[in-house]
Amino acid sequence: MLRDMTIGQYYPGKSLLHQLDPRVKLTGALVFVVSAFLFENWISFAIVTAFLGTCIILSRVPFRYMVKGLKPVVVILILTAVLNLLWTPGEILWQYRFLKITKQGVMNSGYMLVRLIYLVLGTSLMTLTTTPTRLTDGMETGLSWMKLFKVPVHEIAMTMSIALRFIPLLLEETDKIMKAQMARGADFETGNIFRRAKSMVPLLVPLFVSAWRRAGDLAMAMEARCYHGGEGRTKMKPLKYRKQDFCSYGVLSVYLVGLIVIKVIL
Amino acid sequence: MSLILNHVSYVYEPNTPLESRALTDVSLQIEQGEFVGIIGHTGSGKSTLIQHLNGLLKPTAGEIFFHGRDIYDGDFPLKELRSKVGLVFQYPEYQLFETTVFEDVCFGPKNLGLSENEAGLRAFEALEHVKIPKEMFYQSPFELSGGQKRRVAIAGVLAMKPEVLVLDEPTAGLDPKGRDQLLAELKRLNESMNMTIILVSHSMEDVANYVRRLVVMDEGRIAYDGTPKEVFFHYRELEKMGLMAPQVTYLMHELKERGLMVDENATTVEEAKEAILRAMTWRNRM
Repeated sequence: MLRDMTIGQYYPGKSLLHQLDPRVKLTGALVFVVSAFLFENWISFAIVTAFLGTCIILSRVPFRYMVKGLKPVVVILILTAVLNLLWTPGEILWQYRFLKITKQGVMNSGYMLVRLIYLVLGTSLMTLTTTPTRLTDGMETGLSWMKLFKVPVHEIAMTMSIALRFIPLLLEETDKIMKAQMARGADFETGNIFRRAKSMVPLLVPLFVSAWRRAGDLAMAMEARCYHGGEGRTKMKPLKYRKQDFCSYGVLSVYLVGLIVIKVIL
Repeated sequence: MSLILNHVSYVYEPNTPLESRALTDVSLQIEQGEFVGIIGHTGSGKSTLIQHLNGLLKPTAGEIFFHGRDIYDGDFPLKELRSKVGLVFQYPEYQLFETTVFEDVCFGPKNLGLSENEAGLRAFEALEHVKIPKEMFYQSPFELSGGQKRRVAIAGVLAMKPEVLVLDEPTAGLDPKGRDQLLAELKRLNESMNMTIILVSHSMEDVANYVRRLVVMDEGRIAYDGTPKEVFFHYRELEKMGLMAPQVTYLMHELKERGLMVDENATTVEEAKEAILRAMTWRNRM
């Protein structure tokens, strides 16, 4: 059940997208997120969709697998759509007491829904095609200029990579503890909200204990190997740009500039 | 009165690139009162197998019957099954959560709908079984030593009074003394209460002295199923599966090769001693 989460999960493969430099993919994801909020008409909407579609096809990650990543955010999606639908002022299409649906509301809610879906798909495309190690590597190298402003880039990147590493571990642990308690007759699925909240105690207490234990063990292991931050630390696989990476930067700039031009002109 | 697995197969994450076959066509019948060891190398499918026994995993193909009823029949009471087939996971001490040892052991019986009194009585009995001294009953389970935590966790399952007790590597991480105590305790439960015990392990040495039947798993299939003697007879094949027969088996085979007429099928140190003494007397008489 918990294994169904795809956000932040890596989908092994050897596609063009898998092989790109993580810095390109990070920039790409950022550009895509910005672009998803830029579109306001059908032309730019079509361009953004085509861009996302091409990337998904290039990544060779099955579309079904990507859509699974939307499941956890379904509630947020529905809520956003409904709120936008009912609370946008404008030309009234339908009214019932204080509830009203306007033409602008329909448009807004549609756009918002699509934007959020694209946001999730776009960012999960990045995590699906990049291993957590490479992702944080890319972040560390890509943001190293921030060190000039005393931002602890290495430490942030390290924290992030540890956090990412712990997600699957904790999920696995949750699964295990859940099964162990179910074997003792625990019931996580039925009852009202209070009962269910209470039934989470046998799951959460051991999970916290184990998270603390793991964190302690990890800190100890890092100490034992003389970890002392990023100063003077070298990499086994330093990131290097290749031809395909420069090309991708080119494509990204054309894409972003194109969308901005369309927005300004129309 | 038995647990039957009929051609059970299980696949993790089917239809994704992470797909992996854990069990392939496993058929097994376990009778009430048996003491069975399931042995296999890491990744041979032992842990997956036992999670089927109380319905935590649903086989990709095949059926499982408990007392003659298919446990995946829509109306089969899974909760009741989980009380009848008690499952103790690997490192069960990580599932303790209550404020006191006693409360934690009560968790199972209470989930079965028993009254406070009845649950307390069962917890008391179960803790006695695993030899936790009374002064520890009201301590926090997190203050106990590793071995004590393990025994409390096992008591948590025993308190549900299962007919079948399944333990996944119960001796992992215990010192030799703790290991022997635990295994002896399981043997006693098996003999005095006729409780079916299924012991999962990757160590032949551990189980050879206790179980009466051994099931050897290799790459998701059952490789051998029989008494320890029958299974250890194939000690060369076992080695290929990354398993070691008990040291005694090696010793006896070696002795025989060197010309001492011993019975090479002895599996425990005690039996080996008898066999060697017999062979020596016989030789001296010649």
